[in-house]
Amino acid sequence: MALAHLAATGPVIPDYASQSSSCVVHNHLFCADWISNNWSRVLWPALRGHILLCLVAVSIGFAISMALALAAHRYRWIERPTILLTTFLYTIPSLALFELLVAPVGPNVYSAEIALVSYTLLILFRNILTGLRAVPAEVLDAAEGMGMSRGQSLWRVELPLALPAIVAGLRIAVVTIIALATIVYTIYDAGLGVPIHTALGEGPFKTELIAAGGLTILLALLADALLVGAQRLLTPWARARVS
Amino acid sequence: MKTADSAHSEGPSAFAQAAELELRSVSKRYAGQREPAIEDLSLIVPAGEVCVLVGPSGSGKTTAMRLINRMIPISGGDILLGGTSVLQREAKALRREIGYVIQQIGLFPHQTVAENIATVPRLLGWDAHRVAARVRELLELIDLDPDEMRERYPSQLSGGQRQRVGVARALAADPPLMLMDEPFGAIDPINRAHLQDEFLRLQAQVKKTVVFVTHDIDEAIKMGDRIAILREGGVLAQYDTPQEILTRPADSFVAQFVGADRGLKRLALTTLSELNLIQPNGLRPDESEEGSMRVPRETSVRDALSALLTGGGRPLTVIDPDGRVEGLVTLTLVEQLLTRDHADARGAS
Repeated sequence: MALAHLAATGPVIPDYASQSSSCVVHNHLFCADWISNNWSRVLWPALRGHILLCLVAVSIGFAISMALALAAHRYRWIERPTILLTTFLYTIPSLALFELLVAPVGPNVYSAEIALVSYTLLILFRNILTGLRAVPAEVLDAAEGMGMSRGQSLWRVELPLALPAIVAGLRIAVVTIIALATIVYTIYDAGLGVPIHTALGEGPFKTELIAAGGLTILLALLADALLVGAQRLLTPWARARVS
Repeated sequence: MKTADSAHSEGPSAFAQAAELELRSVSKRYAGQREPAIEDLSLIVPAGEVCVLVGPSGSGKTTAMRLINRMIPISGGDILLGGTSVLQREAKALRREIGYVIQQIGLFPHQTVAENIATVPRLLGWDAHRVAARVRELLELIDLDPDEMRERYPSQLSGGQRQRVGVARALAADPPLMLMDEPFGAIDPINRAHLQDEFLRLQAQVKKTVVFVTHDIDEAIKMGDRIAILREGGVLAQYDTPQEILTRPADSFVAQFVGADRGLKRLALTTLSELNLIQPNGLRPDESEEGSMRVPRETSVRDALSALLTGGGRPLTVIDPDGRVEGLVTLTLVEQLLTRDHADARGAS
């Protein structure tokens, strides 16, 4: 009964007058029943939107960074302008960048993704390039001397050996973007920033803030753990030691 | 010295290929450098022989080697492998036919021993069964237990094992030519001598044409069927057998490069079994001169001389592998050998 009532009330403002639990009514620090009552209506859509925002941003950022890093790996002159540009993007205050994009692009998902992607580029580009450049010279010499083409050397030798550095970059980028995506709400109604913003306006009621903030942290930790796991699976050689 | 271990050479060889290598007036100039790195270098390495390129730094020995598989583009002249110019081959295809071993080995750290050895066969598109069989064969050839070593990563190997895997990887597709750039340079002296002996045993089996680069004249004398001594500017100073280079150095540069102890080095190339030993009159085969040191006939004359000097000049008793006495060696006998070689050298010059 209480659930149906809450679902109907719309904005999540503690309803002191109706059938809300006593926890909610008395503004206790954390109300588990509020979570279960609002999961499917508030928290899950925000979480799902947040994951989607980050996944798209990191994927596009990774593709662009990989292309730039491969180009800079082959043509050294590409490195400096790329570092300059991506550092510039990285230093723009995030709130300002979101607002700046609204004028030309509009207050939509495109603005949000463009901003998020621009913050991944510096981290990913640097790490991928560092990984590629750290491949020992004698390994490259052996690959070439045994008759590998450039592409074969890249795919079979250089990228696999750069993988730990690439994953290290991805981990930083993913955690950064998951945190940063909480302010996407300023221009576009999506992500865990939405319930966080709502909660900030709720005065003494802290459950929604804690829940949305906690989900952001859990999402970051989970994504990081997944990347670490993937790296362990993909680089068994890095763990091999003299038995 | 370079005798095949007959226990290993059974059955038809899986390493059938070896090709003659010819360098014809090869030169290499780098843009912006006045002096050439290699100047008019001509030499022929007969199929199945080890040619050691040796010289001081700046003599272009590594450059000369890397011209052969076109890791460095040639400026002039031609290089023929099995009668065909390497310049007419596609570089990648050429390199897959030439074994390549470098000082730092360059094993792929992210691949197992088996995957490393399989590199060239996979590039050549061999099927999985053939590759697996070949990997096993090669691991056995270099005395590593296939079942134990196949799945290891390079980080789990000792320096010597890595070096041997590097050689196995170079041999994988049965190349007619092997290029080896200071392959034992990063190994400590004791393991180095061991690996050198092992490579000579291997080479006696596989009989590849080998171009071997080193800066160490002792290694050159030990490993080479022929030695090409290069001087600064990539000029060939002498190309000959170790014996000839030690007996008749072409000029003062070669004489200085092989060292003032070249007489001793030459003695190291001869074993006691090659001498006309003094026959021990009246001795039964199982007896010897009383108190005389017994040395196997495979001992080098250099080591025998050392033993003679240590023993105050008392004759040594030379025995065969079954312990039977073959004869005696004395200081006078060594002296005769030196006089004879000296006379040869004078007669020639």
